[in-house]
Formats: sequence, C-alpha cells, structure tokens
Amino acid sequence: MSPRMAKALINGLLIGGAVIALFPLLWMLSVSFMQPGEASSLPPPLLPAHATLGNYRELFVHAGMGTYLLNSLLVSTGITVLSLTFNLMAGYAFAKLHFAGRERLFQGLIGALVIPAQVAMLPLFLLLKYIGLVNSYAGVIVPGMATVFGIFLVRQYARGIPDELMEAARIDGAGEWRIFLQIVMPLLKPIMVTLAIFSFLAAWNDFMWPLIVLTGQEHYTLPIGLASLAREHSQDSELMMAGSVVTVLPVLVLFLAMQRYYLEGLLLGSVKG
Amino acid sequence: MNRQRVAWLFLAPALIVLGLFFLLPVIAALALSLTDYDIYALANIHNLRFVALSNYWLLLQRPLFWSALGHTVYFVAIGVPLSMGTSLGAAMLLNSPLAKMKPFFRTALFAPVVTTVVAMAVIWRYLFNTKYGMANYVLGHFGVHPVDWLGDPHWAMPTIILFAVWKNFGYNMIIFLAGLQAIPIDLYEAARIDGASAWQQFRHITLPMLGPTLLMVSILTVSGYFQLFAEPYVMTEGGPLQSTTSVLYLMYEEGFKWWNLGSASAVAFLLFVMMFAVTALMLRLSKRGEGADA
Repeated sequence: MSPRMAKALINGLLIGGAVIALFPLLWMLSVSFMQPGEASSLPPPLLPAHATLGNYRELFVHAGMGTYLLNSLLVSTGITVLSLTFNLMAGYAFAKLHFAGRERLFQGLIGALVIPAQVAMLPLFLLLKYIGLVNSYAGVIVPGMATVFGIFLVRQYARGIPDELMEAARIDGAGEWRIFLQIVMPLLKPIMVTLAIFSFLAAWNDFMWPLIVLTGQEHYTLPIGLASLAREHSQDSELMMAGSVVTVLPVLVLFLAMQRYYLEGLLLGSVKG
Repeated sequence: MNRQRVAWLFLAPALIVLGLFFLLPVIAALALSLTDYDIYALANIHNLRFVALSNYWLLLQRPLFWSALGHTVYFVAIGVPLSMGTSLGAAMLLNSPLAKMKPFFRTALFAPVVTTVVAMAVIWRYLFNTKYGMANYVLGHFGVHPVDWLGDPHWAMPTIILFAVWKNFGYNMIIFLAGLQAIPIDLYEAARIDGASAWQQFRHITLPMLGPTLLMVSILTVSGYFQLFAEPYVMTEGGPLQSTTSVLYLMYEEGFKWWNLGSASAVAFLLFVMMFAVTALMLRLSKRGEGADA
C-alpha cells in the first residue's frame, strides 16, 4: 500500500469512527428541538423544521425534570465531597503513615475489589430500611462515601511525596493534622481534581443502586427519572431526547472541560490495577 | 504509639463506611441466601426460616436461571472480544503517525464513555426503532429489509451488544493507546528492515508488548460485562420473551419486584462465584501461555 493510500485509509476510518461515536449524541440534540411527532416520519429528519423549546418546557413544567436535576446535583455533590475527604485521608495513611498490619489491610481492600457491588445490595437495602434511610438522599449517598478505587488512586499518588517534607515539619513541632492539611493536601491537588471528576461522573451516571433505594419520585435522580419517563412516554421521542440531553449535558461538559485530569486518572487507576 | 493512633484516625472514616456498607452486607448476603427471606419475613422477621442450600438447589432447577445465565454468557462471550477488538483498532489508528487531528478524534471516540447509560439506551431505542429508526433507514438503502431490532428475540441481544460496544470501547482505547505509545519505535524499524509485513509486526511486536495490558483489560472488561443490567432494563425490560434477561436483571426482579430476598441473594452469590472462576481461569491460562512462550 502506498503511503498516501495508507494515510487516506487511516484518516477515513477515524472520521467514520468519530461519526458513529458522535452521531447518536448530535441526533439526540437535534430531535430534542423538534415538534412532537416530527421525528416519527420517513425519511427520519436530521434537523428540526421549526425548532422549539417546547419539549424542555414540558419536561420541567409537567414531568418534574427540575426536581430530578436538583436531586442529581445534590446527591452527586454529596458523594463527591464526602468520598473525596474519606478517600484522601485513608489513601494518605496507607501511603505515608506507619501502623501495624498496613500492607495486609491494603491487600485485603484490593482483594475486596473482586466482589461485585451488587452482592451487597440486597442486605444493604434491608440495613438502610432498618435505620430509616430508604427513599432518602442519604440512602444513595451513604454507601458511596468511600471507595477502594479512590483509596488506591490516592495511595499511588501520595507515595511520591518525599518523607523528608513531613519529617521536617514534625521536627518543627507540627501536629499530624496540620501536616496533612498544610503540606500534604496542596501536593495532592492534581489527584484530588481527578478523583473529584471520577466520583461526580460515577455518581451522576449510577443507576442500579438509586433505582433500588429511591422508591418515591420526589427523590429520583435524573437516570431513574428518565428511565421511568421512558416507560410512560415511550412514543414521545422528542420529549425523551430532551430528557436525555438534560441528563447527559452536565457530565459531558464537565468531561470536556476537565478531560486532561480525567484521562490521567483513568491511566493511573489502570496501571497494575 | 501515638503515631499509630493517628494513622487509625485517618483510616477510620473510610474503613467504617466500607465495613458497614460493603463488607457487612456481603457477609449478610451469604447468610440471607441460606434463608427463605421473603415478603412475609419483611413484614415480620419471625416468619424467617433457615433453609440451608435449598435456594441454590431450587435456582439450579429453574429454566429462567439457566436462560439468564445463558444470555449473560452470550453477552460476555461476544461483547468482550468485539469491544476489545474495537478498542485496540481505534487505539492503533490514533497511534499511527499518519493520523491527523489526534486530540479531536481521541475526544470524539471517548465521548460515549462519560455519558449516562440510561440516556444513551433511550436514544438507541429510537435509532433502532423498526419503522422510523435511522438504522433500518440506512440499511434500507443497501436493500436490507427492516429488522425488528429490539422486538425480535434473536436480534435483541445482538442490538444490546452493539450498544455496549459503542458505549464502552473508548475506555479501553485510552489504556491501549498508552500501552502502544510505550512500545519503542526501534522495534518496528528493525522489523521493517528485516522485511516484516504490517501483520507480522502486529503479531510479533504489538501483541506481545501489549500482553500484560491485554490481560488486565480483558479481566476488567469481562467482570464489567457480567454485570449487565441497565441496558436491558431500559431498552427491552428483559424481553422479548425474556431473551435479554441477564443474571443481574433476574436478581433485581427476584429481590425488588417479588421480594424474594433470600433467593435473590443466592442469585447474586452464584454470579460472584462465576465471575471469580472466570477471572481465575483467565489468569491461569495467561500464565500457561507465558510458560509456553519461554
């Protein structure tokens, strides 16, 4: 094959791949501005004849999408802030503090990664029912407040901090909390950003657990609300596309803005994962 | 002594959360699977009885469990190779020195990964609509008769597999891309001087150099694909004719629709045991493969 043909082939395939990857997203955006019923015609229209915001209005005024959006923001932010705090503390301890049984405990945590989360879900539901957290925001947040993956990520990163920094501060009489807050935390900033994006995206997109623990519409997050709308309104494609836009747009924008941190975290988490 | 206590204080919040909301429920799930916990026990715990292994025994006799297992294995066996092949292909294209606008293509190909499964599944339901869907419209130009993608028991699972590949391939693509970039260029140059074809270079340089990455990625992808749930929930509700009912879908229905929590826990444990066995087998086979090479 001549180099010119190879070049055309490679770039052609990349363009084809990008079209397949992006088409459903662009089509969703376009249909969300169509009049009700417009998308159900042949040939399938690519652009709205008369663009309208009616579907979005319908979603927010009548279908409770505003509540779902707020719920999603609340739950995802809660999980992100709490899990970031707890994972940072634990990851730092595993990397830099000395205590009996450190390696064995860490190995145990990593070993627990082979257990799929769904195994815990049935008793977890009963436990939360017993303490009165079923159908509440706390019910979604509480099990996500710490993750083995997050602890692992922080530990990997924190191991690169030189011990001398902390020893010098200890000699100067700084307490352990002050060392953590004033010396360690600023050095961990890049991994904090990465982990925050990961947690937020995972919490936002999570489906099975919120579906189980949220039994009333008033607490639904966007994916649960959208899934229940899709069962009621399966014929209204324009309305459902607008619902999908509302669900996906926040995370897509967040990803595009913070792409570098996200992809770095993905690679850091997969090295010897 | 004091420093030990400080360390445990730093660990305490995370360990308490993981212990109370993960480890404890996992152990409880094992116990639960040995009882007949159902809606009567949910109302009054005194109705609970220990039934030993009878949940497992009954499950193994239920055709629905075996068909759910079959569908899940089908999804994993076809979906994982297809997904990884697509990821590797895309990574090699992006890694080629001839490719233009790499950052754009990388972002575009990765975008589906960060989207919400539920929202994307909703979109695919319309794209693969029998009458008005874009898929049938495009295929119509090539003389293909309309396919009832999600309504035909033979097509529903392949459609879900296509969806999963589209949604997920970008993730492994990034990992493969990093692996490819770590392979020294000299290896390829030396091979070219020796007259190796593109296929030979792929077979004897790229694949062996990616070996450990391939193993890790395939283990993670297999265990991810075993957890199929949201796609059938949104796209097909487990149908048609239960042709997309996965093991987790069965667990969900058994546990949270019929409130047979004992039997649902047994389903969850069987899934876990199976995933564990498959992972162990993959590690074993890869070690043997290494031994054969040496």
